[in-house]
Amino acid sequence: MLPPVFGVLFDGIAYGMLLFLLSVGLSVTLGLMNFVNLAHCAFAMVGGYVAVLLMRDFGWPFFATLPMAFSVAAAVSILFERVLYRPLYRRSDLDQVLLTIGIAFASVAAAAYFFGTQQQPIELPNYMHGSYHVMGLDIGVYRLFLIAVSVVITILLVGTIELTRFGAQVRAAVDNQRMASGLGINVERTFAITFALGSGLAGLGGALAIEIFGLDPNFAFTYLIYVLIVVAVGGLGSIAGSLAAAILIGVSDIAGKYYVPQLGAFLIYLVMLAVLMWRPAGLLGRR
Amino acid sequence: MPATAHMGPDAVGHLKARTRWGAAETLFWLAAPLPFYFLSDYLQLASQIAITALFALSLDLILGYAGIVSLGHAAFFGTGAYAAGLFSKFVWGEPLTGLIVGAIMSGLVGYATSFIIARFRHLTLIMLTLGIGLLLGAAANSASWLTGGSDGLQGVNIWPLLGRFNWDLYGYTAYGYSLVMLFVLFLFARRLIHSPFGLALRGIRENPVRMPAIGAPSRAHIRTVYTISAAMAGVAGALVAQTTQTVALDSLGFERSAEILIMVVLGGAGRLYGGLVGALVFMVARDRFSGIEPEHWYFWIGVLLIAVVMFLPNGILGGLSRFPVQWRAK
Repeated sequence: MLPPVFGVLFDGIAYGMLLFLLSVGLSVTLGLMNFVNLAHCAFAMVGGYVAVLLMRDFGWPFFATLPMAFSVAAAVSILFERVLYRPLYRRSDLDQVLLTIGIAFASVAAAAYFFGTQQQPIELPNYMHGSYHVMGLDIGVYRLFLIAVSVVITILLVGTIELTRFGAQVRAAVDNQRMASGLGINVERTFAITFALGSGLAGLGGALAIEIFGLDPNFAFTYLIYVLIVVAVGGLGSIAGSLAAAILIGVSDIAGKYYVPQLGAFLIYLVMLAVLMWRPAGLLGRR
Repeated sequence: MPATAHMGPDAVGHLKARTRWGAAETLFWLAAPLPFYFLSDYLQLASQIAITALFALSLDLILGYAGIVSLGHAAFFGTGAYAAGLFSKFVWGEPLTGLIVGAIMSGLVGYATSFIIARFRHLTLIMLTLGIGLLLGAAANSASWLTGGSDGLQGVNIWPLLGRFNWDLYGYTAYGYSLVMLFVLFLFARRLIHSPFGLALRGIRENPVRMPAIGAPSRAHIRTVYTISAAMAGVAGALVAQTTQTVALDSLGFERSAEILIMVVLGGAGRLYGGLVGALVFMVARDRFSGIEPEHWYFWIGVLLIAVVMFLPNGILGGLSRFPVQWRAK
């Protein structure tokens, strides 16, 4: 028999894995271009609504919607990157913050207009419900599935970044953008692909998150804050940092809600401030 | 800064020339009491605009002059509002002392957090301002025994202003009070940014590393202006608490921080009047469009922001100031 602390830990890790999926793209693109993209969760929301729409109106099974959530979010993000983001790469933080807050505001309004302000219900397949009882703990099947998906994606991501030619270009561009372009790496193209990949992962995260967080038009702002915290705590451009930060924030949030519910969200803000005071560049950030 | 082109050998003369009152400035302030005579149905709105303009001015001090992008400035607005509201509830309802209490409390919070703010820049700084704002919001929500939580602070009771002006339903007292406070603090801010201290702040905005080398301590200056800005935001919050006799939880919220940032940028950051014009345009537009669905309003706000960033990078005033230059060039 294990004490309940392991249950809290398990839920926290599952929650953290979801945060990781939502935030890893932002972390890498921020590290790459220093572009403060506050519309990142708007792309996650696109993925969520794509999944809902396909399941509800076209009767697709849950699993079939996941690749579509990824692709549509990635495609939409490429459009935005081309038209709106590219002219602002060399502008100030403030301009980037404002542009992307503007996109987030507009996306919230557009989602409310097309889908209404209510929570979107989804039907998971039956075998995703329920839980295993292992040594006195309730292990939710869906949470186990989330962890498995995230582990697979982390392995794929790390493999891509560490072992492929494209990954080497991304790493070079994150380390020193000027030097990389001097060596003939097309940084803009690298960035566009990374941006699309990151937004696609956010879209996938958005679809997977519906069961845990729910989905309504405010998603773009509510979870933006969590995602920004993960990115800032983890350090820009660091996949391992994002993973560590996501698990830290996920476990602190669940543990806080379980043991000291009256604190509410207070605890994770405190964790963030403490980490940033201690290491301004984040846990594993270099700058 | 185009002004440096006129910079003569006489630095004091240059500073003095910048502080001279222009015709547009005088007209702006002469027009400010007009709502008493012509728009007396809108005095409540006018008082909220004056207060928001004060809040925007406080953000402009750190955003436009010191270059600190804050996503959590509502923290100080809300602190001032709760301080003034609680003061009237538990101590006494005299409004001017309540205002001072609000300013002092916000100033203290601002001073305490300024030590964090002054150390960082860029994304870390944005995240820290956001985090501090969220932290205070969560704290106010948790302490619902004191603040009333999401129901808002009840039982705020403000005595008549100076013992003789009652808080009327139309908002005569509210507008007069807010406008006088805005004008007084505006004069203070104007004096501040035209002083050598204000010039040093602009230097820090352009290059925080070089300024200490010529004898302007960046961090100490940032701490000072951040504290001043926080206290001013606190006055704005206290004014809202006193004129509406309630304090809502969203006065500390992220949306309020984002909106005030939008107003300053819409008007034009670093121009003193930018926040005032931005607040005026934004609040009037919101009042006009309040008939439409709130989500439509946010859609247009989003589109407006995108348009301002893409086509009007220096805000309304920045766009306007380009016209005379073009005429002169002809």
